[in-house]
Amino acid sequence: MTIVSGLPHSSRPLASRSGSSRMNHRSVAVDRLASPRPRLFEAVVWLLPAVAYFVFPDNLALGVSIMTYAVAVLALDLVLGYAGIVSLGHAAFFGIGAYAAGLLAANGWREPLTGLLLAGAASLMIGFFASFLVVRGKDLTRLMVTLGIGLVVYELANRLSSITGGMDGLSGFEVSPIFGVFAFDLYGKTAWWYVYGVSLVVFIFLRFVVSSPFGLSLRAIREGVNRMPALGASVNSRLRIAFTISAGVAGIAGGLLAQTTQFVGIDSLSVPRAAEFLVMLVLGGTGRLYGALAGTAIFMIAHDYLADIDPVYWEFWMGLLLMAVVLFARGGIVGALFNLVPSLKARFGRAAQ
Amino acid sequence: MRTDTSILSPDANIALSTEGLTKVWGSFVANSDINFQLPVGARHAIIGPNGAGKTTFINMLTGVLPPSSGRVFLGGEDVTADAQERRVRKGIARTFQINNLFPGLTVLESVLLAILERKGMAQHWFRPLNAHAAEIEEALDLITDLGLEPQAGEEVKTLAYGKQRLVEIALALATRPRILLLDEPAAGIPAGESTEVFSVIARLPSDVSILFIEHDMELVRRFSQRITVLVGGKVLTEGAPDEIMSDPRVREVYLGEGGHD
Repeated sequence: MTIVSGLPHSSRPLASRSGSSRMNHRSVAVDRLASPRPRLFEAVVWLLPAVAYFVFPDNLALGVSIMTYAVAVLALDLVLGYAGIVSLGHAAFFGIGAYAAGLLAANGWREPLTGLLLAGAASLMIGFFASFLVVRGKDLTRLMVTLGIGLVVYELANRLSSITGGMDGLSGFEVSPIFGVFAFDLYGKTAWWYVYGVSLVVFIFLRFVVSSPFGLSLRAIREGVNRMPALGASVNSRLRIAFTISAGVAGIAGGLLAQTTQFVGIDSLSVPRAAEFLVMLVLGGTGRLYGALAGTAIFMIAHDYLADIDPVYWEFWMGLLLMAVVLFARGGIVGALFNLVPSLKARFGRAAQ
Repeated sequence: MRTDTSILSPDANIALSTEGLTKVWGSFVANSDINFQLPVGARHAIIGPNGAGKTTFINMLTGVLPPSSGRVFLGGEDVTADAQERRVRKGIARTFQINNLFPGLTVLESVLLAILERKGMAQHWFRPLNAHAAEIEEALDLITDLGLEPQAGEEVKTLAYGKQRLVEIALALATRPRILLLDEPAAGIPAGESTEVFSVIARLPSDVSILFIEHDMELVRRFSQRITVLVGGKVLTEGAPDEIMSDPRVREVYLGEGGHD
């Protein structure tokens, strides 16, 4: 039984009188579907860090931390921007990944790539168990559960100081050369390319996830969670998968931090760190992946710059910037840019007539 | 995915039935002991004044609300304990009285999602959406059938209200239901345009059983074969449109209320 063919007057596109406009409506709609295929501007965006590498050779450490945190903020974008879950607990998964990578290296597992994967796997697993708690309840409940997870993990790390180093942090571990060839150097060149490569791989992976049926269902949950059961969808299992993936990716970001700085501070899994992730994402714009990248870069460069001119009160300016963006730039900075392009086109189109 | 349970049914001609269905909130009885049968292929209307418990009844049929007592059968199968999404997979679809859509998704994305959910493909993350050619084709055909093609690529929230009502129906149809429950499908649409919605409904295949709530008596008379009248949570009477329209008790309920809607 098919509903569609059951309808009389059901016109097939090719048999239609107004064939061309019909195909046009259809192809416009199909073109708007998310696609993992890269567009030209994306190649430019991903060339920017490489340009920065050569133009600012003295700022490689800043570049490494921007790209490291960008991976964590990408993870947050999957749950917040796509699935609509606000999380204040993502520093917990970031920190778990960082400690896992640090502890592996400290105990003799120095190979970086497998160490990074194991760090991601550790936070993926803990994220999976946490996800059962997170998907219960609605917005405020969820926010509080993620906050609770953040606090619990922080105090656990604090308490287990014989393992984690407590307030002093975890240090004194070393990582082997990548592929046994590229040793981590003092200037951070190897670290830079390592983090650049990993963040690109993570980005491509997430791009596939959000362009898939699964990604569409996450957006649908964000847009109309009440309608989903009426389509036969089980919302909670979908959200659990998203949260678990996100925790794993955040863990990889933490692993990058540990491996490139050879230090894990307890602040890496603090709630203020989680709030920073949130600010970075909202600055850049949620639900478009590039917002996470741009937001992280803007936040950290602004931090670097503001802390230089005003080391004590730099957060004052950050607060102003955050409010300006959420009040006046819908969809964050990247969203505003995208909105600008059509309106610019319209303006110049009119002027040309 | 959908199992045909009608072989097990004592009466294979009954698509959906209830036994003593009751919903109570505190001392308020919203539905009281409703025994109801929807034959396969039926076009059945539920009418009654506001607060008669019509939507409550639909909500219990679809699993949105658990009944206080009583049972719901799909074919011969007791589905009272099944959650809403399981009943959908067993072939019950519904529309909502107030639009319950995905405002930020396009029409195509919305309908495509419903099709992917039906096929159990919606949790796949490794193949991009636009590689699902067969599902996209089916979605676009359904969209075309409902006259929504010019809006296929537009976000649902930008559509006129009447078009959004059609998206409601498209989402329900995309699940390929055996039973379709329509809660005031033309609600909020200007009177002249509501026929457009009902002409879509009238063209559905005859093996889809349809139960709809509607206030407009003219539409009810034209599109239903049988009518159940709910008043105060109880079934007042049930019968063919002509019987119901001439029933003095029904006239009293409606005229006594000052002529509904």
